[in-house]
Amino acid sequence: MSAQEVNPLLRPKDHLLRRRLTNRGMELLAWLAAALAVFFLGVIVWSVARQGLSQLSLSLFTKSQSVGFFGPTTEKLGLANAFVGSLVIVGIATAIALPFGILIAIYVNEFAGKTIRSAVTLVLDVLAGVPAIVIGIFVFQLIVVGRGQSGYAGGFALSILMLPLVARATMEVLALVPNSLREAALGVGAPRWRVTLGVILPQTIGGVLTGAVLAIARIAGETAPLLLVCSLVGGPAVNWNPAQALMTVPLAIFELSDQSDSQEHALAWAGALVLILFILVVSLTARWLATRSRRKIMRASG
Amino acid sequence: MTSLDVSTDATRRPFSGRRVRLGDLILQGVAGLAALGSLVLVGLIAWKVIQGARLSISTFGFGFLTHDIWDPVHDKFGAASFLYGTAVTSFGALILATPIAIGIALFLTELAPPWIRGPVTALVETLAAIPSVVIGLWGILVLAPFLHRDVNPVLHSVLGFIPIFGPPGTYQENVFTAIVVLTMMILPIIASISRELFLSVPSELKEGALGLGTTRWEMIRGVSFPYARGGVAAAMILGLGRAIGEAIAVAQVIGAFTGISINFFNPGNTLGAQVALSYTGSQTPLGESSLFYLALILLVFSIVVNLVAQLIVRRSSRRLGIAR
Repeated sequence: MSAQEVNPLLRPKDHLLRRRLTNRGMELLAWLAAALAVFFLGVIVWSVARQGLSQLSLSLFTKSQSVGFFGPTTEKLGLANAFVGSLVIVGIATAIALPFGILIAIYVNEFAGKTIRSAVTLVLDVLAGVPAIVIGIFVFQLIVVGRGQSGYAGGFALSILMLPLVARATMEVLALVPNSLREAALGVGAPRWRVTLGVILPQTIGGVLTGAVLAIARIAGETAPLLLVCSLVGGPAVNWNPAQALMTVPLAIFELSDQSDSQEHALAWAGALVLILFILVVSLTARWLATRSRRKIMRASG
Repeated sequence: MTSLDVSTDATRRPFSGRRVRLGDLILQGVAGLAALGSLVLVGLIAWKVIQGARLSISTFGFGFLTHDIWDPVHDKFGAASFLYGTAVTSFGALILATPIAIGIALFLTELAPPWIRGPVTALVETLAAIPSVVIGLWGILVLAPFLHRDVNPVLHSVLGFIPIFGPPGTYQENVFTAIVVLTMMILPIIASISRELFLSVPSELKEGALGLGTTRWEMIRGVSFPYARGGVAAAMILGLGRAIGEAIAVAQVIGAFTGISINFFNPGNTLGAQVALSYTGSQTPLGESSLFYLALILLVFSIVVNLVAQLIVRRSSRRLGIAR
């Protein structure tokens, strides 16, 4: 910074106009940038809503068709198999990632020393940064080679993506619990495990659930790993069995978008609309829950 | 964080001066195993990907990185065209997204009327929540035709003297479409981190500058930017990492063409998209191993990117004395 900039009042008068204009120009650019982001979101949501709304019907959830394999059919199409598959696979992922993530957070926050804490935090950051497609090829090598694709493999892959999100969220709320609560519970002679599981964890339940729900919203639309470990679906039948490869909503959108038939595009838009609605409703609810539970913890801490 | 930092060793360590309880032992053991599991998992990911890539590594060595042939029929594989595609699309997206993201962050922290801040912040975060496959769907069916018809010819006629804006080809799916899609995907990441950084600039400094008679822009340039510089760099690196690793949306819009073309309006391919797109075709062992090699490159990139971002954040927060 030169001295001139530090002391702008000493400049000749005619610079003031230029400086004001620069300021106005920059402010205008910032307004435009914000408008552009909102515009991007608006255009995407509008496109999906416009193309998808006309396809929303009961048959979308009750019928299913085999994407790409047999081409377009004349009957009304649906994505029932994809919705069921997504439900099963996200369920498996949550069942794995939720307990593991919470346990990791408990260890890091309640037991670990400083070194281990920062080491695990760093590893979680690295894990969160590993591209989803790499997770996919990892699970492919670990499980799919020799055993074939399955819903279990898909669920496991998604759970790896979910783990750092859940662990991070739990760590954040655990850190919010006031230490006086721990000390009080320990002080009346409660064993540490009961303090942690019976006193500390219930305080954070709202925050943990919020984190879990946001993580579910995040992985429900994940496609890349499923492409490698759970994509070769036998037929259009609705299938609840995770021992076989299951169709999922993001995968159906991916494959339908690659077809040339406009009816299949319409089905892709419908799937995208349901997916986006699910994600929006879930994350807005989670945010609302988060504010509430944070307020509760704050109140508890007095 | 505050409650964490004031905790003493006595409340933290379970066994100091008290008798060992079975329940404590079990909980600490199980939780410790879970934490250890996360470390093992990262190691396992690296090991399995390297294991898968071993055949290709021993066949091609580092030459893999410089050859641009991907020929399953003759079992010849090289990553150069994907490396080029990844570099061009992710840096292109970074260059487009960074100024917009900083603009958004400044708008949300300095300019916007209070009633607008909450909603716009939420909208920007919503943009980040939209799945890549949906952005890809929109990219392939709406954005690509629009760019191809209305934007690319204009860019060529105005900026055609720059080789990257060469004559628009016949393909709607091309490198430029991928850059635009990636820009939209990393925009909210950089914007929301930058917003938090600008919020953390002490108001005494800002008010001091304004009190000296600077305009708002001069205050931002003289106070906010130097204060947040390190953090914004870290945000950019994280955005870059996201762009490098994105496979699905890019696979949908880039046109899957192996080869290096300087013209952005030609199709191309990236590391992630190539791995994602070869899921159906049956591979030769060497071909499959080469896909693992591509994934290994991605893995190394992502780890390096993350560690560098962490390093920058830690260093700049130490410099500024912010307890994180």
